[in-house]
Amino acid sequence: MTTHSDVEQARLTYALRLGDNALVLGQRLIELVAHHPELEEELANANISLDFIGQARLFYSCAGELEGRGRTEDDFAFLRDDGEFQNLLLLELPNGHFGDTIVRQVLFDSFYVLQLEALVSCTDAGIAEIAARAIKEVRYHLRHVSQWLIRLGDGTDESHARVSQSLLDLWRYTGEMFSGDLVDDCLRDACNGPDLARIQEQWHDNVSALLKEATLDMPEDGWMISGGRQGVHTEHMGFLIAQLQHEQRACPGASW
Amino acid sequence: MRNCNTSNGHVPGQAGSRTVVSEQLTSQRISTAQIWAWLAEVADPEIPVVSIVDLGIVREFRLRENGIEVDVSPTYSGCPATEVIEQDIVIALERKGLAPVSIKRCLSPPWTTDWISEQGRRKLRQYGIAPPEHGANKRELMRGTRSIACPQCRSLQTTCVSEFGSTACKAAYKCDDCLEPFEYFKCI
Repeated sequence: MTTHSDVEQARLTYALRLGDNALVLGQRLIELVAHHPELEEELANANISLDFIGQARLFYSCAGELEGRGRTEDDFAFLRDDGEFQNLLLLELPNGHFGDTIVRQVLFDSFYVLQLEALVSCTDAGIAEIAARAIKEVRYHLRHVSQWLIRLGDGTDESHARVSQSLLDLWRYTGEMFSGDLVDDCLRDACNGPDLARIQEQWHDNVSALLKEATLDMPEDGWMISGGRQGVHTEHMGFLIAQLQHEQRACPGASW
Repeated sequence: MRNCNTSNGHVPGQAGSRTVVSEQLTSQRISTAQIWAWLAEVADPEIPVVSIVDLGIVREFRLRENGIEVDVSPTYSGCPATEVIEQDIVIALERKGLAPVSIKRCLSPPWTTDWISEQGRRKLRQYGIAPPEHGANKRELMRGTRSIACPQCRSLQTTCVSEFGSTACKAAYKCDDCLEPFEYFKCI
């Protein structure tokens, strides 16, 4: 039986997971600032990463209020160890080459758009209003990276081969987006949260249509890697967290 | 509105010098129109030709027995101007003697370019930024590039150079007729 405190805990965990996804992907994209081959993409990447960091701040602030113990957005971002982060493994993977970065973004944004759309009607007002704000930004991101995927897939033999490989490499991380646990079940049943089975169907249809346009083959679903939601991360996560948190760990409370 | 985060709008370390004149003025009756006019003097830090009222960032305010509370809507989640705008509001109203000023950040309903006033759109165009087309609905957002009029020569023969411009809220365009590059304040 789901009790009131189970629901409270699920809302808190859900808000933190949304924050973790946004922060970890935002941090990965920030690593690319000043590394893009052209100015237009440089601006796009910086703006997209800024949106994710902004969303992370909102979700963490919401989590802080739900928790009610006075923790702030900075406490969640800078003072938790990697095992306490519950982001999707896909998002913590190194950026790889440009095609890898674009494929990762397409796979996640295609999911995130559907997740946010469902969260807009969630009965947790705090999460729902952030979702309503973020959905507009993420739709725009998805449009941008989808255009890149089409260009790369339907581009030269070299670009086609490279993004095909990116798809194969990253596909095994997509299953985790849809493998819900008790937190997802609780949010769905008690707060009208996202139905992951339905989202998976829509995601499959949308991604399949996009890959077709990009002349890319949809990989077969095989064994899927998961663990992020339990705090079991890839070996890359520790390095990401070290860079993210170094300043606050070395000089606690530093600000400017 | 119920989940607005209330934050103390005071800028640490600066409040003392600005609140000197506040006491005699808060006791006077100040009209709502006057306060809107004061708020309309606060420029957007990134596009200083338009005010935060033109942009629809200020939603409403409430005069309190002591001071004022102002509701603001952030434009984008990651907009770096959000904090600056809040500080500027506090400074502007405190200078007019309204203190203390507290800022309430309102996410719901989310800010949309539909809230930019006609005057704001005119000022943007004069400044060389194509204002957003009306209607920031989902279809509009996903439709992709469509004809955006050049703010210089009004030609519709324009090309999107980059979906993202110098700030999150703008895209980069160029005019194929007068050849001027310009920014487009995109619909959201």
